[in-house]
Amino acid sequence: MSKPFLSALELHQQIQAGERSAVEVLDETFSTIEKLDGQIQAFNALTKDIAYATANQVDQKVKAGETLPLLAGVPLALKDNIHMEGVKTTCSSKILQDYVAPFNATVTNHLNRHLIPIVGKTNMDEFAMGSSTENSAFNKTKNPWDVARVPGGSSGGSAAAVASGQTLISLGSDTGGSVRQPASLCGIVGLKPTYGLVSRYGLVAFASSLDQISPFAMNVSDLAALFQVIASPDTMDSTSIQDPPQVDYMAELNKPVEGLKIGYIAELLDAGLQPEVKAAIEKAIQTYRDMGAMVEAVSLPNIKYAIASYYIIATAEASSNLARYDGVRYGLREMDDKDIYQMYLATRAKGFGNEVKRRIMLGTFSLSSGYYDAYYGKAQKVRQLIRNDFSKAFSQFDFLIGPTSPTTAFKIGEKSSDPVQMYLSDIATIPVNLAGIPAISIPCGFDNQHLPIGLQLFGPHLSEAGLLRTAYAFETQTGLKNLRPEALATV
Amino acid sequence: MASAVAAQTKYETVIGLEIHVQLKTATKLFCSCPTRFGAEQNRNTCPICLGNPGVLPVLNRQAVDFAILAGLALNCEIAPLTKFDRKQYFYPDLPKGYQISQYDRPICGMGYLEVMGQKIRITRAHLEEDAGKLVHAGAAGLAGSTHSLVDLNRAGVPLLEIVSEPDIRSSEQARAYAETLRNIVRYLGICDGNLEEGSLRCDANVSIRPMGATEYGTKAELKNMNSFRSIQRAIDYEVQRQIEIVESGERVVQESRLWNDATGTSAPMRSKEEAHDYRYFPEPDLRPLVIPVEWINDLKAKMPELPEQRLARLKDQFGLSDYDASVLVEFKELGDFFDEAAEYTTHYKALTNWLMGDITGYLKSSQKKLEDSKLTPKALAEMIAMVDSSKISTAIAKKLIPDMVETGKSAEALVEEQGLAQVSDEGEIRKICEQVIADNPDNVAQFRAGKEKLFGFFVGQAMKLSRGKANPELVNRLMGELLKQ
Repeated sequence: MSKPFLSALELHQQIQAGERSAVEVLDETFSTIEKLDGQIQAFNALTKDIAYATANQVDQKVKAGETLPLLAGVPLALKDNIHMEGVKTTCSSKILQDYVAPFNATVTNHLNRHLIPIVGKTNMDEFAMGSSTENSAFNKTKNPWDVARVPGGSSGGSAAAVASGQTLISLGSDTGGSVRQPASLCGIVGLKPTYGLVSRYGLVAFASSLDQISPFAMNVSDLAALFQVIASPDTMDSTSIQDPPQVDYMAELNKPVEGLKIGYIAELLDAGLQPEVKAAIEKAIQTYRDMGAMVEAVSLPNIKYAIASYYIIATAEASSNLARYDGVRYGLREMDDKDIYQMYLATRAKGFGNEVKRRIMLGTFSLSSGYYDAYYGKAQKVRQLIRNDFSKAFSQFDFLIGPTSPTTAFKIGEKSSDPVQMYLSDIATIPVNLAGIPAISIPCGFDNQHLPIGLQLFGPHLSEAGLLRTAYAFETQTGLKNLRPEALATV
Repeated sequence: MASAVAAQTKYETVIGLEIHVQLKTATKLFCSCPTRFGAEQNRNTCPICLGNPGVLPVLNRQAVDFAILAGLALNCEIAPLTKFDRKQYFYPDLPKGYQISQYDRPICGMGYLEVMGQKIRITRAHLEEDAGKLVHAGAAGLAGSTHSLVDLNRAGVPLLEIVSEPDIRSSEQARAYAETLRNIVRYLGICDGNLEEGSLRCDANVSIRPMGATEYGTKAELKNMNSFRSIQRAIDYEVQRQIEIVESGERVVQESRLWNDATGTSAPMRSKEEAHDYRYFPEPDLRPLVIPVEWINDLKAKMPELPEQRLARLKDQFGLSDYDASVLVEFKELGDFFDEAAEYTTHYKALTNWLMGDITGYLKSSQKKLEDSKLTPKALAEMIAMVDSSKISTAIAKKLIPDMVETGKSAEALVEEQGLAQVSDEGEIRKICEQVIADNPDNVAQFRAGKEKLFGFFVGQAMKLSRGKANPELVNRLMGELLKQ
């Protein structure tokens, strides 16, 4: 027997109506976490005191008869690369194991303003580098659909927390698919917003020109609500879009998709897809046609260079962003009697894991004198070509669709010894970050082992409202929402 | 020595200067920390300039204004689109492991500066953030120190790096270039221009080549010159060193050399310190900066008077000599004081004489700066008026200067206090003169016998007797009359 599902918005309404107190909700959340997280390992740390303080505020407001801000009282899990003042931000790295954030990220301020209790910091691939969350220095997060499998990554902890019902909403960060891919592998929804719509202030940088804080939820309505909370201009982030159009992302969900022109990206359906994934995407195409949308193939010829381009740009930026972890001011310090350079070497050798080291070396190499033009310079040109491909496609289509991940969740350890194989699994998500456009991953079926499959919808810059509506229509049509693994449904 | 001189005429010196101008903005280049000098260590810091994870830079508009002002004053093209880049290297005073600087799109492009009647081309000027400072502990200097401490108060303070073309041909010209530039940034109000305190820092690229050659020789980069004089000395030393190398048939090595002012020599820096591949790449945390023409025009309209313009004006408006005007231009505070005082008096020559003479002299002897003085321009003008109207003598006025500088009191008040008003009463002065004549019968006899040189002695005695208060002209006249009787 499964409990009746309650969405984040419904839960919020119950709290507002005084049917349940925010503190009671939080009690339940922590009791669920206690039951499940020993196995799932979604969290690096819990922030109970802070969460209860927020919940108490919510309850006082309800008592006082005040109207609550959107999503107030709904517990949320925060990826461990987003700052909460006074709480450790470890990035699942030894080098920041004891680093306490000195300020709140802008999104954390938004969550606080909305009285959304933050229950804990979630596990991730170290510094968000990875697609399986296996690169964490601390925990091995499991996929709630099959605990022998990875939840995807790098925001695997935030995805698994939601997929296992520990929280209904969470935040991750998406640099090359780090929210959409785990959403796909965990059967939930995740939105990578237009670059610059959500402030990066207080997000520990991996690749600055690609990173974007991104929401997870169990369904598109909850996702739209959480996105509404966090999408806001920020003067502390110079790359933030300072005058975005004022949009109510929730108001437009019900608009029909009839007459929409949707292109499916031919290159992403052609090669290397798990057959069930391909079948599910084709079925999704038919679903949109059934709803009255026009769906045709579109070619993005330069997409095949996306991975090569991405792994140069992202690693170049990462090599620079991670230079500050030198043991001088904060974080791990391995003292060495010899000199400062030995201290740097010892600190970084001990503090960083293999994947992080690999990417720092790749990035350092591609920016080196004599190699810059051949690598970084060329990668930027490819990035522009990919942007152009998308612009051209969006001149003909309202939205594009394709898979999120070429496969469903793979086994823990299956790809961890083969980084190139792991990189290739990002083919469908990476182009989005290179182009700075928004994309959403929603469930569109299951494979033969009942592992969820994700459908990815791509939109032009600032098209989030339309993108959410297009996703919502699919979700409504197919009923593929609020999916929970049978084994966990009774918890 | 003769051969050294001969060798010097065989070679041409080629110099390019890189000058770092610390911009006097209220806050740092990418965060809102104050830039104030002299705060307690690491007090002027925040997570942003400490390079904490999760922080982002936000560009200081005032720093951009200052850079544009400098660019305009240096006849540079202001880039319509400029961008920032990361210059990467590991050093404990560099919190992020990179410095946000500008690589291929500097805010100011090609310009020039006129120095000693010659145009020195400026390659570029770009904005960047300063690094922090290491304090070596356990010993007096780096040598022998057991550990180093990091002070990041300076980290993130805006710098404008101004790079000249290799157009400079002598150490003297290099010094003049640096001094001219210093004056310009001070006139613009964008920098204190203090080499000793490091608000202005100068590196020199120096090479020599046979006279008439068109290709450049191998250059050495000179660092650590803390005064204009040391810029000149360091270059002289370097030129001599290179000539000796070349004359002995060897080759100059490209290297950075650290000038030691105490020993008057330079030594190469350790190669480890300079073997950098900076791995520049565009700063992804800042969008490229578009500078519309309106922005530049606004600043043009607000452009303060520059040294050259002031020189011309002082000569035109006040009829000052070349020399007087150039001193007032060179010492900006003196010039500012002059301009203000000139609103209260028309005795411009007297004004410059007082300023450049007694006032500067007193400040120097008491080791004070004009800014520390309490003397106001108006008070000085009033004092000059009192001398002009014979209310006090020049001698009295000279005596008043220290008190006016120290107390800020007006000459009139001081004269009142000390009873120093000039005596111009004929009867009273006549009495004094008669007293002097009565007291010195021998001298009177000699004078009357034709030793007219003694006249000065009588006047001096009369002034002394009046404690300097007697009107000297009256003393002269009356003493003359009395002695001839």
